Amino acid sequence: MTTLGIESETAIDVEEERRERQKKIYRVAQWMLPSLVLLFMVGGWQAYVTIAEVPHYILPSPLLIGQTLINDWGLLWPAMAVTGRLTMLALLFAIIGGLSMAIAFTQSKWVELAMFPYAVVLQVTPVVAIAPLLQIYVDSAFVAALLCAWLVAFFPILSNSIIGLKSADHNLQDLFKIYGATKWQKLRYLALPSALPFFLGGLKIAGGLALIGAVVAEFVIGRAGTGLGLASTLLEASYRFNFGRLYAALILISVMGVAIFGLMSLISYCFLFRWHESALKKEA
Amino acid sequence: MMNSATVVQRNELLRMSHIEKKFRGDIVALRNLNLSIKEGDFLSLLGPSGCGKSTALRLIAGLLSPTSGTIDWQGGKGDDDLGVVFQEPTLMPWARVKDNVWLPFRLRGKSFASVNGEIMQALQLVGLEDFQNAFPRELSGGMKMRVSIARALVTRPRLLLMDEPFAALDEITRHRLNEDLLALRQAIGCTIIFVTHSVFESVFLSDRIVVMAARPGRIIGELNVDVPYPRSEAFRTSPEYASAASAASKILEQAMGEVI
Ligand SMILES: Nc1ncnc2c1ncn2[C@@H]1O[C@H](COP(=O)(O)OP(=O)(O)OP(=O)(O)O)[C@@H](O)[C@H]1O
Ligand SMILES: [Mg+2]
Repeated sequence: MTTLGIESETAIDVEEERRERQKKIYRVAQWMLPSLVLLFMVGGWQAYVTIAEVPHYILPSPLLIGQTLINDWGLLWPAMAVTGRLTMLALLFAIIGGLSMAIAFTQSKWVELAMFPYAVVLQVTPVVAIAPLLQIYVDSAFVAALLCAWLVAFFPILSNSIIGLKSADHNLQDLFKIYGATKWQKLRYLALPSALPFFLGGLKIAGGLALIGAVVAEFVIGRAGTGLGLASTLLEASYRFNFGRLYAALILISVMGVAIFGLMSLISYCFLFRWHESALKKEA
Repeated sequence: MMNSATVVQRNELLRMSHIEKKFRGDIVALRNLNLSIKEGDFLSLLGPSGCGKSTALRLIAGLLSPTSGTIDWQGGKGDDDLGVVFQEPTLMPWARVKDNVWLPFRLRGKSFASVNGEIMQALQLVGLEDFQNAFPRELSGGMKMRVSIARALVTRPRLLLMDEPFAALDEITRHRLNEDLLALRQAIGCTIIFVTHSVFESVFLSDRIVVMAARPGRIIGELNVDVPYPRSEAFRTSPEYASAASAASKILEQAMGEVI
């Protein structure tokens, strides 16, 4: 050790430096390690398929999947756009519907009493079971799929927002009362800001669920040859034993899932980093 | 209004007469409470836990209504007549310090610009003008409490209600805030009702100490601390302080004794 014999003051500096260095190493490792794992897995996969001569309709090689991604891009990209639009629209409507329903529920006990059971029923009924019905009643396959995805996504926003809207500090509520705040002021300046962290938590869940809802809807509704988005493409590829395309579609779907999660986390951070405890960076 | 007989006597600000407060039908939180608060009073409500101190404050604040009895404001209660400080700072964590202080005005529909002067003055009074743009989580417990006081004072209320505002703070911070509160009152001259568990805090701060007992909550004694303001840290070691503290303790002991 080079620190031997150095006075305590510089020893602290050395200690500090060591910790700095460790932090830097940690930051690099955060990216390096998962990348290495990926590299090994993909490499192992490629090696296995090549050496064991696994036929591509059982397990395509990563190379083949990569080729398919490039060759079929003209087909995959529009499908991805459709699924993306479906997911984002479903999420948008889930936000609008979930939030306004939550506000209605918390503003009026009677509305909540009357409506909440049905919100729960809608939630616990599996979408797959509703999808064929929607397909009959709604002409446009896209709209039917949108409805499905919306149904799945809106509940976490609704229930989180309700908890959030009711979570305002009691003393603050008293203070608003003392200063004669109107119902609107209580909502705007107290209930809504208090609900924000809860709402954003719900949004993160709803983002993932909207994608799942979209995929399920496409499986069920897109089957009648109306080819919707990525999930329909994936299903069709499986009928044709086109496993390269199946895997390509699968990868794109999970890329979308990661992107949505990242986006929701970013939105959440942007709203909360100034004031909320969850976004507080502890000084190490 | 003013007649010659009350020139030396201070005007009455608030009178609580024959107040009774029951919760859920049978829990008597307050029984036959009579209290007259004069303009300029620094009145401490001192008593054991559960004797109804907070209930009395909440009645005055209009957050509760009495089961029977009346609370009369001299000249009626105006919009800006009341400021309240709770045991917790009770700040909005999403709002900057200056926006927290703006709240009482904001709820009356006043824009920030139109009351900017008052807000800055209130922050200056509590010594936090440099922290106007901070968020509550960036402040220490004592600083948060100062913001809470600034918010309560920003409308220049006639009456300031404080419910154990410094109970959660460490002793050094509490002493500091005690002195600053007295200086503040000297500067703006409002009436204060201050709830506390601490005999020493009540003696240091107030000129009237009202001692309460529990079950049922009621007033069992009153004590005047006739030491003129301004009071400094030296007051804490003076004989007047010691004798007032021991007198208050005796009444309090009586209050505790009756419970057992
Ligand atoms: N909302 C309520 N419902 C039912 N009982 C209540 C309510 N608020 C207070 N009480 C009862 O009234 C009594 C007085 O309560 P209060 O909070 O005024 O006491 P306190 O003197 O402020 O006590 P502490 O010093 O612990 O704050 C207690 O017995 C309490 O249980
Ligand atoms: Mg209390």
